[in-house]
Amino acid sequence: MKRGFPILAMVTGLLLSLALYEALIAAPTEKTMGDVQRIFYYHVPSAWTAFLLFLINFVASVVYLIRRDSKSDIVALVSAEVGVVFCTVVLITGPIWARPVWGIWWTWDLRLTLTLVLWLIYVSYLILRRFSTSSQTPLLAAVLAIFGALDVPLVYFSIWFFRTQHPSPVIGGGGSLDPRMAHVLLLNWVAFLSLAWLVCSTRYRLEVAQREVDEAEAVESLLEGSR
Amino acid sequence: MSVPPSNSAVVADGLIKQFGRFAALRGVSGEFEAGKLYVILGDNGAGKTTLLRIIAGLSQPTRGKISVMGTSMDTSKVKDAQAQIGYMAHPSLLYDDLTGMENLQYFAELYGIASNRCREAIASVHLDPDLERPVGQYSQGMRQRMSLARALLNDPCLLLLDEPFSNVDTHSASEMAGLLAQLRDQRKTLFVVTHQPAILESNADEFVWMVAGRIVNRTASLRAEAP
Amino acid sequence: MSFLAITRATLGKDIRLEWRSKDAINAMLFFSLLVVVIFSFAFDPTAEDSRRIAGGLVWVAFLFAAIVALNQTWAREVRNQVLDAYRVSPAPANPLFLAKAIGNFLFVSVLEALMTPLFIAFYKLRALGPGWELLPIAVLGTWALVVNGTFFAAISLRTRSREIMLPALLFPLSIPALLGMVNATTAVLTGEGVLRFWIALLVAYDVVFTTACLLLFRTVLEAE
Repeated sequence: MKRGFPILAMVTGLLLSLALYEALIAAPTEKTMGDVQRIFYYHVPSAWTAFLLFLINFVASVVYLIRRDSKSDIVALVSAEVGVVFCTVVLITGPIWARPVWGIWWTWDLRLTLTLVLWLIYVSYLILRRFSTSSQTPLLAAVLAIFGALDVPLVYFSIWFFRTQHPSPVIGGGGSLDPRMAHVLLLNWVAFLSLAWLVCSTRYRLEVAQREVDEAEAVESLLEGSR
Repeated sequence: MSVPPSNSAVVADGLIKQFGRFAALRGVSGEFEAGKLYVILGDNGAGKTTLLRIIAGLSQPTRGKISVMGTSMDTSKVKDAQAQIGYMAHPSLLYDDLTGMENLQYFAELYGIASNRCREAIASVHLDPDLERPVGQYSQGMRQRMSLARALLNDPCLLLLDEPFSNVDTHSASEMAGLLAQLRDQRKTLFVVTHQPAILESNADEFVWMVAGRIVNRTASLRAEAP
Repeated sequence: MSFLAITRATLGKDIRLEWRSKDAINAMLFFSLLVVVIFSFAFDPTAEDSRRIAGGLVWVAFLFAAIVALNQTWAREVRNQVLDAYRVSPAPANPLFLAKAIGNFLFVSVLEALMTPLFIAFYKLRALGPGWELLPIAVLGTWALVVNGTFFAAISLRTRSREIMLPALLFPLSIPALLGMVNATTAVLTGEGVLRFWIALLVAYDVVFTTACLLLFRTVLEAE
């Protein structure tokens, strides 16, 4: 992985640059919303990336619960952290888009609201990891992640139904997508996935190194005082 | 069921317990025969309480194995072993707002024991079973004795007592020591952690000396000190 | 030593202890009263559409009262480390959880029973829909709060800032239940909206999380 890093970084850089060009310049301008709509290419892929990372967190948490191994725990931690970052991007780009287009800062549309709730759940997950005094923090965190995952479909359906009763503007546009725009959207998503992979793998290695240090210190204190 | 099947009450193998960087146990091993009274000695921080809690199944070792009365304490059979264990700690493990009888009647339900056993247990530590006073209003000595009564409630094969004599007057302490010797004579195994080993000097079968998370010596008499 | 016997014994013990420390109950009752009054000052009860917001108001008020009750769920077991006495016994973990959850449910229900007449009086509430439906909504909604609340209160035992950890963990996950309770109540009060869906949602929430709590409580109890 160490040797792969520069290559991955370059690839990510290239993809992001290409995606940036496509999104901001090459893609056709949207009829009704104008250039503001281009933020769509950041808003939607960020959401998809965040959801994917949270899915990874759920799987890693279940694996940890069964196997109690350090690797799964680190994967869970890393995917939660990076997922929260992408979630934050969604929550910021949403209002930035909504304001000029509809004159409002927030709309309780399905994707945005679901993202907000997921953001809350995973921030509480990170807070639990930070505030836990237990020596089995990974276990408690895995339990919370599972509760979070069980909650997601319930959140989805409750908001979906609420929306059918109280319709409102949908950020991210309903309806069909121009194929040229779809192509740019996908490109941006691939670029974001590459970025997510880069950040996650770096964070993963960082955490592994940190734990090795902690382990070494623990062993040292274990040997202290031995004759 | 008062007599354990095998001859070893407790078998410890390389027990290590770490709380973050602090190592409470640094490799505790040993076989402890049934039907003996062991006194565990050592300074504060030597790991005595940690060892007792691991034997009781309240704490899991970071590494190493322990088996109590033939049952390995990291399996699903732990609860079976715990049915034969009586544990007494420095906090009273009692509800302050309930009377002694009410406390023991509740715990009797947890063990599936008949309620008349509660009277016997309280009487055996020379307390009045019909005392209406809530435990929170007992003197320290009375509370210690009631705590011991709770540990004796299920007529356990293995008794784990952490500082049973602290804050107890000399007369009550020697009464308690006599009771412990009686229990040992009934083929029960006792582990007593205490800073006042002299009280049990004539009754103890073995003195276990602990320093900095290890057992450094096991002697038959109090005179031979830790090297 | 049956499951039910232990649950019943633990519940009985908790009720007896709660009854003996009447201070705590009285303080909670007074707090609930205060919440209703404060809300009445903050959200104008004479407004025309108070019926529309009453559902939300009532449940948020219940939520705050529940949090205060939930925060002290395990306090009694922490004193004198008496939880260790349970853990060292052969009793399984789930009867303890159920007893605590049911105890919380009863306690929060008492608070709700106190607060509801006040809300009705202050907001001149009258149900335009089927009023009796409010009872199953109250039961399902209260259980939704209490089952996860009891579980996360146990997790909070192993954290710093215990009192803030509980709401931090509980609130995000309770959002679908909250939507369910509030919208169902509003549907009954205003006679509009689809009641069926929200009740189904509450039932689903309760089933999913009661199961999850029962499956995972032992893990949490044994964590050091």
